[in-house]
Amino acid sequence: MSSLHLEFDVAGNNFVSAGSASDEVKKTLKMLGVDPVAVRKVAIAMYEGEINMVIHAGGGKASVDIDTDKVKIVLADEGPGIPDISLAMKDGYSTAPDAIRDLGFGAGMGLPNMKKYTDEMHIDSTVGVGTTVTMVVNLR
Amino acid sequence: MKLKDIIAALDAEVVSAEDLEKEISGGYCGDFLSFVMAQAPAGCAWFTVMSNHNVAAVAALTEVGVTILCEGVEPDEQLKAKAVGRGLDLIVTAKPVFEAVKALDL
Repeated sequence: MSSLHLEFDVAGNNFVSAGSASDEVKKTLKMLGVDPVAVRKVAIAMYEGEINMVIHAGGGKASVDIDTDKVKIVLADEGPGIPDISLAMKDGYSTAPDAIRDLGFGAGMGLPNMKKYTDEMHIDSTVGVGTTVTMVVNLR
Repeated sequence: MKLKDIIAALDAEVVSAEDLEKEISGGYCGDFLSFVMAQAPAGCAWFTVMSNHNVAAVAALTEVGVTILCEGVEPDEQLKAKAVGRGLDLIVTAKPVFEAVKALDL
Protein backbone atom coordinates (compact mmCIF):
# COMPACT_ATOMS: atom_id res chain seq x y z
CA MET A 1 0.00 0.00 0.00
CA SER A 2 1.48 3.33 -1.02
CA SER A 3 1.05 6.56 0.92
CA LEU A 4 -2.26 8.36 0.47
CA HIS A 5 -3.11 11.94 1.40
CA LEU A 6 -6.67 13.18 1.97
CA GLU A 7 -7.92 16.66 2.85
CA PHE A 8 -11.31 17.86 4.05
CA ASP A 9 -12.99 21.13 4.97
CA VAL A 10 -15.07 20.79 8.13
CA ALA A 11 -17.99 23.24 8.30
CA GLY A 12 -18.64 25.01 11.60
CA ASN A 13 -21.93 24.66 13.50
CA ASN A 14 -23.24 22.12 11.01
CA PHE A 15 -24.18 18.91 12.79
CA VAL A 16 -25.73 17.37 9.70
CA SER A 17 -22.49 17.31 7.71
CA ALA A 18 -20.38 16.64 10.83
CA GLY A 19 -18.75 13.26 10.55
CA SER A 20 -18.63 13.15 6.78
CA ALA A 21 -14.82 13.46 6.73
CA SER A 22 -14.37 10.63 9.25
CA ASP A 23 -16.89 8.59 7.32
CA GLU A 24 -14.93 9.10 4.10
CA VAL A 25 -11.66 8.12 5.79
CA LYS A 26 -13.30 5.03 7.26
CA LYS A 27 -14.54 3.96 3.82
CA THR A 28 -11.09 4.51 2.31
CA LEU A 29 -9.33 2.51 5.03
CA LYS A 30 -11.81 -0.34 4.65
CA MET A 31 -11.29 -0.31 0.90
CA LEU A 32 -7.52 -0.53 1.45
CA GLY A 33 -8.05 -3.59 3.62
CA VAL A 34 -6.80 -2.01 6.85
CA ASP A 35 -7.40 -4.01 10.07
CA PRO A 36 -11.03 -3.32 11.18
CA VAL A 37 -9.97 -2.59 14.78
CA ALA A 38 -7.62 0.15 13.58
CA VAL A 39 -10.27 1.50 11.21
CA ARG A 40 -12.73 1.85 14.11
CA LYS A 41 -10.11 3.65 16.23
CA VAL A 42 -9.32 6.13 13.45
CA ALA A 43 -13.01 6.74 12.70
CA ILE A 44 -14.01 7.44 16.31
CA ALA A 45 -10.96 9.61 17.11
CA MET A 46 -11.39 11.66 13.95
CA TYR A 47 -15.15 12.06 14.47
CA GLU A 48 -14.59 13.40 17.99
CA GLY A 49 -12.05 15.86 16.59
CA GLU A 50 -14.41 16.92 13.82
CA ILE A 51 -17.20 17.49 16.34
CA ASN A 52 -14.89 19.61 18.48
CA MET A 53 -14.12 21.83 15.47
CA VAL A 54 -17.83 22.07 14.63
CA ILE A 55 -18.83 23.01 18.20
CA HIS A 56 -15.96 25.18 19.37
CA ALA A 57 -14.01 26.52 16.40
CA GLY A 58 -16.41 27.37 13.60
CA GLY A 59 -14.99 24.50 11.56
CA GLY A 60 -11.50 23.85 10.27
CA LYS A 61 -9.42 21.60 8.07
CA ALA A 62 -8.68 17.90 8.39
CA SER A 63 -5.79 16.21 6.65
CA VAL A 64 -5.11 12.49 6.76
CA ASP A 65 -2.00 10.59 5.67
CA ILE A 66 -2.39 6.87 5.27
CA ASP A 67 0.84 4.87 5.22
CA THR A 68 1.56 1.17 5.46
CA ASP A 69 2.45 1.42 9.16
CA LYS A 70 0.27 4.27 10.42
CA VAL A 71 -2.56 6.74 9.85
CA LYS A 72 -1.79 10.35 10.76
CA ILE A 73 -4.67 12.79 11.26
CA VAL A 74 -4.13 16.54 11.58
CA LEU A 75 -7.10 18.71 12.57
CA ALA A 76 -6.41 22.44 12.34
CA ASP A 77 -8.76 25.29 13.21
CA GLU A 78 -8.65 29.03 13.71
CA GLY A 79 -10.99 28.96 16.68
CA PRO A 80 -10.62 30.53 20.14
CA GLY A 81 -7.88 28.09 21.27
CA ILE A 82 -7.70 26.05 24.47
CA PRO A 83 -6.47 28.07 27.49
CA ASP A 84 -5.68 25.05 29.69
CA ILE A 85 -5.02 21.83 27.73
CA SER A 86 -4.54 19.59 30.78
CA LEU A 87 -7.93 20.74 32.14
CA ALA A 88 -9.56 20.16 28.74
CA MET A 89 -8.13 16.62 28.70
CA LYS A 90 -9.87 15.69 31.98
CA ASP A 91 -12.79 13.27 31.71
CA GLY A 92 -16.03 15.20 32.05
CA TYR A 93 -14.64 18.72 31.62
CA SER A 94 -16.64 20.59 28.99
CA THR A 95 -17.28 24.16 27.92
CA ALA A 96 -20.05 23.17 25.50
CA PRO A 97 -23.36 25.03 25.94
CA ASP A 98 -26.63 23.31 26.93
CA ALA A 99 -27.91 23.33 23.33
CA ILE A 100 -24.98 21.11 22.38
CA ARG A 101 -25.73 18.72 25.26
CA ASP A 102 -29.28 18.39 23.94
CA LEU A 103 -27.74 16.93 20.78
CA GLY A 104 -25.85 14.33 22.83
CA PHE A 105 -22.46 16.03 22.80
CA GLY A 106 -20.67 18.07 25.46
CA ALA A 107 -20.04 15.25 27.93
CA GLY A 108 -16.42 16.26 28.26
CA MET A 109 -15.25 12.97 26.76
CA GLY A 110 -14.20 14.10 23.29
CA LEU A 111 -10.50 14.75 23.88
CA PRO A 112 -10.15 11.78 26.29
CA ASN A 113 -11.72 9.54 23.62
CA MET A 114 -9.29 10.88 21.00
CA LYS A 115 -6.41 9.97 23.31
CA LYS A 116 -7.92 6.58 24.13
CA TYR A 117 -8.28 5.53 20.50
CA THR A 118 -4.93 6.77 19.18
CA ASP A 119 -1.32 5.74 19.77
CA GLU A 120 -0.01 9.31 19.71
CA MET A 121 -1.81 12.60 20.24
CA HIS A 122 -0.47 16.13 20.44
CA ILE A 123 -2.39 19.38 20.93
CA ASP A 124 -0.87 22.68 19.87
CA SER A 125 -3.12 25.59 20.83
CA THR A 126 -2.81 29.35 21.14
CA VAL A 127 -5.65 31.40 22.59
CA GLY A 128 -7.08 33.69 19.94
CA VAL A 129 -5.17 31.96 17.14
CA GLY A 130 -6.39 28.37 16.92
CA THR A 131 -5.76 24.74 17.68
CA THR A 132 -4.01 21.94 15.83
CA VAL A 133 -4.51 18.38 16.99
CA THR A 134 -2.22 15.69 15.59
CA MET A 135 -3.13 12.04 16.09
CA VAL A 136 -1.46 8.83 14.96
CA VAL A 137 -2.94 5.36 14.89
CA ASN A 138 -0.40 2.60 14.26
CA LEU A 139 -1.33 -0.15 11.84
CA ARG A 140 -0.04 -3.58 12.82
CA MET B 1 -29.20 -13.09 20.18
CA LYS B 2 -30.53 -12.69 16.63
CA LEU B 3 -31.90 -9.31 15.58
CA LYS B 4 -35.28 -10.86 14.71
CA ASP B 5 -35.55 -12.29 18.26
CA ILE B 6 -34.68 -8.90 19.77
CA ILE B 7 -37.41 -7.25 17.68
CA ALA B 8 -39.93 -9.88 18.83
CA ALA B 9 -38.93 -9.70 22.51
CA LEU B 10 -39.25 -5.91 22.53
CA ASP B 11 -42.36 -5.84 20.33
CA ALA B 12 -40.31 -3.27 18.41
CA GLU B 13 -41.12 -1.19 15.37
CA VAL B 14 -38.45 -1.60 12.68
CA VAL B 15 -37.21 1.68 11.22
CA SER B 16 -34.35 0.06 9.32
CA ALA B 17 -33.06 -3.52 9.37
CA GLU B 18 -30.89 -5.16 6.75
CA ASP B 19 -30.28 -8.65 8.10
CA LEU B 20 -32.75 -10.02 10.63
CA GLU B 21 -30.55 -13.09 11.18
CA LYS B 22 -27.64 -10.94 12.36
CA GLU B 23 -26.20 -11.90 15.75
CA ILE B 24 -26.12 -9.13 18.36
CA SER B 25 -23.84 -9.53 21.34
CA GLY B 26 -23.54 -7.36 24.46
CA GLY B 27 -25.06 -3.97 25.02
CA TYR B 28 -24.63 -0.39 26.11
CA CYS B 29 -27.15 2.06 27.59
CA GLY B 30 -26.59 5.79 27.29
CA ASP B 31 -27.37 9.04 25.55
CA PHE B 32 -24.13 11.02 25.71
CA LEU B 33 -22.56 10.15 22.37
CA SER B 34 -18.94 10.28 23.52
CA PHE B 35 -19.67 7.79 26.30
CA VAL B 36 -21.19 5.49 23.69
CA MET B 37 -18.09 5.81 21.51
CA ALA B 38 -15.87 5.19 24.55
CA GLN B 39 -17.66 2.12 25.86
CA ALA B 40 -20.02 0.44 23.40
CA PRO B 41 -18.44 -2.65 21.85
CA ALA B 42 -18.76 -3.28 18.13
CA GLY B 43 -21.74 -5.47 17.28
CA CYS B 44 -23.67 -4.66 20.47
CA ALA B 45 -27.20 -3.37 21.13
CA TRP B 46 -27.21 0.34 21.97
CA PHE B 47 -30.17 1.42 24.12
CA THR B 48 -30.89 5.15 24.01
CA VAL B 49 -33.58 7.82 24.02
CA MET B 50 -31.49 10.13 21.81
CA SER B 51 -33.25 10.42 18.47
CA ASN B 52 -31.42 12.99 16.32
CA HIS B 53 -29.27 12.43 13.23
CA ASN B 54 -26.01 12.31 15.21
CA VAL B 55 -27.13 8.90 16.46
CA ALA B 56 -26.63 7.55 12.93
CA ALA B 57 -23.06 8.83 12.73
CA VAL B 58 -22.15 7.39 16.12
CA ALA B 59 -23.86 4.06 15.43
CA ALA B 60 -21.98 3.75 12.13
CA LEU B 61 -18.55 4.81 13.39
CA THR B 62 -18.82 2.75 16.59
CA GLU B 63 -20.21 -0.17 14.56
CA VAL B 64 -22.96 -1.03 17.03
CA GLY B 65 -25.06 -4.00 15.87
CA VAL B 66 -28.46 -2.40 16.45
CA THR B 67 -29.65 0.91 17.88
CA ILE B 68 -32.73 0.57 20.07
CA LEU B 69 -34.72 3.73 20.74
CA CYS B 70 -36.58 3.16 24.00
CA GLU B 71 -39.61 4.76 25.70
CA GLY B 72 -41.36 4.90 22.31
CA VAL B 73 -39.09 7.73 21.19
CA GLU B 74 -39.40 8.15 17.42
CA PRO B 75 -36.32 9.00 15.33
CA ASP B 76 -36.36 12.40 13.66
CA GLU B 77 -36.64 12.43 9.87
CA GLN B 78 -32.90 12.94 9.32
CA LEU B 79 -32.04 9.99 11.55
CA LYS B 80 -34.58 7.82 9.72
CA ALA B 81 -33.16 8.81 6.34
CA LYS B 82 -29.54 8.28 7.44
CA ALA B 83 -30.32 4.89 9.01
CA VAL B 84 -32.01 3.67 5.84
CA GLY B 85 -29.41 5.25 3.55
CA ARG B 86 -26.46 3.77 5.41
CA GLY B 87 -28.00 0.40 6.10
CA LEU B 88 -27.96 0.86 9.89
CA ASP B 89 -30.21 -1.28 12.03
CA LEU B 90 -32.58 0.92 14.02
CA ILE B 91 -35.66 -0.15 15.97
CA VAL B 92 -38.10 1.52 18.38
CA THR B 93 -39.62 -0.05 21.49
CA ALA B 94 -42.19 1.36 23.89
CA LYS B 95 -40.31 -0.23 26.79
CA PRO B 96 -38.18 1.94 29.10
CA VAL B 97 -34.43 1.24 28.87
CA PHE B 98 -34.30 -0.91 32.03
CA GLU B 99 -37.25 -3.04 30.93
CA ALA B 100 -35.86 -3.40 27.42
CA VAL B 101 -32.51 -4.65 28.70
CA LYS B 102 -34.23 -7.11 31.06
CA ALA B 103 -36.27 -8.53 28.18
CA LEU B 104 -33.16 -9.55 26.22
CA ASP B 105 -30.51 -12.20 26.65
CA LEU B 106 -27.40 -10.47 25.35
